[in-house]
Amino acid sequence: MNGNMITVAFDGAVAQNEVGYACLEQDGTTQRLMSEIVRIRGRLADMQVFEDTRDLQIGDTVIFSGHLLSAELGPGLLKQIYDGLQNPLPQLAAQCGFFLQRGTYLNALDRQTAWAFTPAARPGDRLTAGETLGTVPEGIFKHRIMVPFTLRGVYTVKRVAPAADYTVEQEIAVLTDADGVDHSVTMLQRWPVKLPVTCFAERLKPVDTMTTRVRPVDTFFPVALGGTYCIPGPFGAGKTVLQQITSRYADVDIVVLAACGERAGEVVETLREFPELHDPRTGKSLMDRTIIICNTSSMPVAAREASVYTAVTLASYYRQMGLNVLLLADSTSRWAQALRELSGRLEEIPGEEAFPAYLESLIANFYERAGRVRLKDGTTGSVTIGGTVSPAGGNFDEPVTQATLKVVGAFHGLSRARSDARRFPAIDPLESWSKYRSVIEKERVEALRAILRQGSEVAQMMKVVGEEGTSINDFVTYLKGELLDAVYLQQNAFNEVDAATPADRQREMFAVVERAMLADYPFADKGVSRKFFQAVTQAFIDWNQTAADAPDFASRRETIERTIEEASRHA
Amino acid sequence: MHKVYHTIDNLAGSVITLRAEGVKYRELAEVTSRAGTSLAQVIKLDGGAVTLQVFAGARGVATDGRVRFLGHPMRVHFSDALLGRAFTGSAVPRDKGPVLADHLIDIGTPSVNPAKRIMPRNMVRTNIPMIDVFNSLVESQKLPVFARAGEPYNALLARIALQAEVDIIILGGMGLKYDDYLYFRDTLEESGALSRTVMIVHTASDPIVECMLVPDIALASAEQFALQGKKVLVLLTDMTSFADAMKEIAITMEQIPSNRGYPGDLYSQLASRYEKAVDFEGAGSITILAVTTMPGDDVTHPVPDNTGYITEGQFYLRNGRIEPFGSLSRLKQHVNKDTREDHRTIMDAMIKLYASFKETQEKQSMGFRMTEWDGKLLKYGVRFEREMMDLSVNIPLEKALDLGWQILADCFNPDEAGIPTKLISKFWPKK
Ligand SMILES: Nc1ncnc2c1ncn2[C@@H]1O[C@H](COP(=O)(O)OP(=O)(O)O)[C@@H](O)[C@H]1O
Ligand SMILES: [Mg+2]
Repeated sequence: MNGNMITVAFDGAVAQNEVGYACLEQDGTTQRLMSEIVRIRGRLADMQVFEDTRDLQIGDTVIFSGHLLSAELGPGLLKQIYDGLQNPLPQLAAQCGFFLQRGTYLNALDRQTAWAFTPAARPGDRLTAGETLGTVPEGIFKHRIMVPFTLRGVYTVKRVAPAADYTVEQEIAVLTDADGVDHSVTMLQRWPVKLPVTCFAERLKPVDTMTTRVRPVDTFFPVALGGTYCIPGPFGAGKTVLQQITSRYADVDIVVLAACGERAGEVVETLREFPELHDPRTGKSLMDRTIIICNTSSMPVAAREASVYTAVTLASYYRQMGLNVLLLADSTSRWAQALRELSGRLEEIPGEEAFPAYLESLIANFYERAGRVRLKDGTTGSVTIGGTVSPAGGNFDEPVTQATLKVVGAFHGLSRARSDARRFPAIDPLESWSKYRSVIEKERVEALRAILRQGSEVAQMMKVVGEEGTSINDFVTYLKGELLDAVYLQQNAFNEVDAATPADRQREMFAVVERAMLADYPFADKGVSRKFFQAVTQAFIDWNQTAADAPDFASRRETIERTIEEASRHA
Repeated sequence: MHKVYHTIDNLAGSVITLRAEGVKYRELAEVTSRAGTSLAQVIKLDGGAVTLQVFAGARGVATDGRVRFLGHPMRVHFSDALLGRAFTGSAVPRDKGPVLADHLIDIGTPSVNPAKRIMPRNMVRTNIPMIDVFNSLVESQKLPVFARAGEPYNALLARIALQAEVDIIILGGMGLKYDDYLYFRDTLEESGALSRTVMIVHTASDPIVECMLVPDIALASAEQFALQGKKVLVLLTDMTSFADAMKEIAITMEQIPSNRGYPGDLYSQLASRYEKAVDFEGAGSITILAVTTMPGDDVTHPVPDNTGYITEGQFYLRNGRIEPFGSLSRLKQHVNKDTREDHRTIMDAMIKLYASFKETQEKQSMGFRMTEWDGKLLKYGVRFEREMMDLSVNIPLEKALDLGWQILADCFNPDEAGIPTKLISKFWPKK
């Protein structure tokens, strides 16, 4: 054994990714340490232990479970806070206190809670995996109890339980397969996390915008329901804050947060704040639509690798109910690093920066698990994946960023220069891109981006020749770019109103800033033009921080428009 | 009792290999040879072959050295008797005090359940305006000081330790110059703080493996004090030496390096130490301040880079001052809303103006024309640097805020500072 890697001699048959338990005898008790087979060579299995391996010895017993690393699926997943192996952390805390204790595993779903089941299928119905047997209410959602995803082929419903309260382990249906064998079905099913869930009718193209209420995202670099995007950036550039904002305001049914190998403190902020915050769509607590998978940096590294798969499996499960699910992973680089540690212990031939050579295909496969699908009943559901990337030294030219950029549909690159200048969100407006549809017509967006680009070129030039050496026209272009940046691209996450701009308000704002940027101004000198843009910026920021239902909302807008009107009239 | 082995098969760097039975992973052993006796830890088990890392290094260990396994992992003494004492990275007394061999605790304890963590809420006052006003330090925060070698970072740590109202100070020295160790000891002694201090110090001339143990011993003791309800401040200096020790050992173990020779798990290794910072509900807390020297003054070097991704902000120490740009306390917003109503405003306004001053300074150096406004900024910048940034300034937060208003009023008109009217009428000093 070496670190968390153990080599086990076995007899009988075992499978890649099968779960086993290393038995640690200590003071007369046995602790079972969960492990996963990562390589099989002859009669030897290499296993990564998901726990601290201290005190294990050569000769200790390992028990194989016969199943792959799996997630429990069923009602009661929402509102939960799990570790990467789906142990409920609050319950662990109740049992073990302040510290995580190795070898302690709890059921992901509570076995006592009874759920009010309403049957939907009837005896004689012929069904396949993923089709609905009945429903239970889970918060505001109608949670579908489905034919287990692992069942292959067509099944005939023999019996469905009558409407009543059942726990997740009670039988709610009996299905007969083609050979006449009966299968008892409960509300609880298991799915191997490393395999995609595919029991839907077909995959669809992501088309509809998933609004996040972050202006530079929705307007300039939009994300689609069922799409994928990444947020690379150096530390402190605002990746986590951007995801926190998105997790609050994104127009989706369910959010799965995978806190993967970063600070525990940041999860705590979500943990403590979400129950108090209201979902802008339903008015209910945000926690009601959230699942947190929390495998922060000091928790076992091998479980960190599992955590993103657990998260995407839970997201796919709710997609099967016709819901739009958003998975936010912070940070995918930590997952990649966990793979690197694993690969190093297996003494595989390393690729670039010692990452395994297959890193790229693993990243691609992970993002491929996103998507909008048409289910077997004709309804649609989606999983959208947004992952942060933490590149070494903030340099995007590294394996994880590059592999991710190849497969995602949108790129929100955060720049150190912007975050240093406190221009948040620090999404670089010239480097970032998106293949998805914006809340505003593409040509209009591109027109403003062109001015922004010219403005930035002028700014570069001005550093050399000074303001004196810049023509008034160029100078105004520069100021127009600065205006767009200051009032539209920058958004103060800590101002209640400014933090979230709904799509219709974005359209309204965009029209005003567009007018300011496309107008011709007959300014004679730079001082006057700077004063004018300063005034417009100030008025705009005041407007941005005014609630849409406030009495002065309309008048503030008019003030801005009048200012622009007056300045351009003399042209 | 425990069997003694007499044959060592392999020696390299600080690592030895021998054949032994019934050995547990991470178990400690005592290695005795002509060079003396040293502790060692099991780092690999391969069939009957056991690989040990010898704390004092394998130099001088001969193939006929004796190895006795102790049956347990690394443990250190914990009690109030630690206070006022100094130890090496093997937890051997560095002072003339007695050996403490009882009340043993494990080092390298499991991590705190995130569900048990609470939101940070208490400001740690340092009387350094660049911290208190602009980037408040918060109890349970983990914060590095990024600096070039030669900057007065140890003096800064010592000063914060003395100023902060904490119950226990734990100093973890890694690759520390002996003089710096004496400096810490004398400074703490003179101010009477030594009696609430524990020092775990690896100096530059001590064995490299001991360097790696320092944070674990320091933090394990800190955790025990915190569980007893104590507010603990842990000072680590220098974490780059810690990372370099890991690098050196990884290379002798022939591990594949990921970036500039550092092992691929550098991030996880650093994180498992820094994440020990915590506020235990109903008990005490651990706050960590850690010097991270930047080789080549380069923040993208793997050690500061990985650190920045882990810690809750960073202080840049440059030319003896805490830089306002780049320095960040990610937890400040949890505390600076409850200090004084003008705190955030002064913080924002003064930094914005200082940024403008920097631009003006640049313009000036390029020979561009200076306006009246530029003149005001130049005057402001000089005063800001002298009266706020200089590390010799030692005033409480409230005095610093008052001083901020005074500097603004001396340099600008009220409507030029970018401050909301409401606060201007309340705080702007009358001439
Ligand atoms: N949208 C924003 N508005 C205001 N401040 C922000 C915003 N995004 C980030 N920040 C500031 O930057 C700091 C670092 O952001 P964070 O998201 O933690 O960075 P990262 O995850 O990239 O390391 C935050 O503590 C906050 O002070
Ligand atoms: Mg982050």
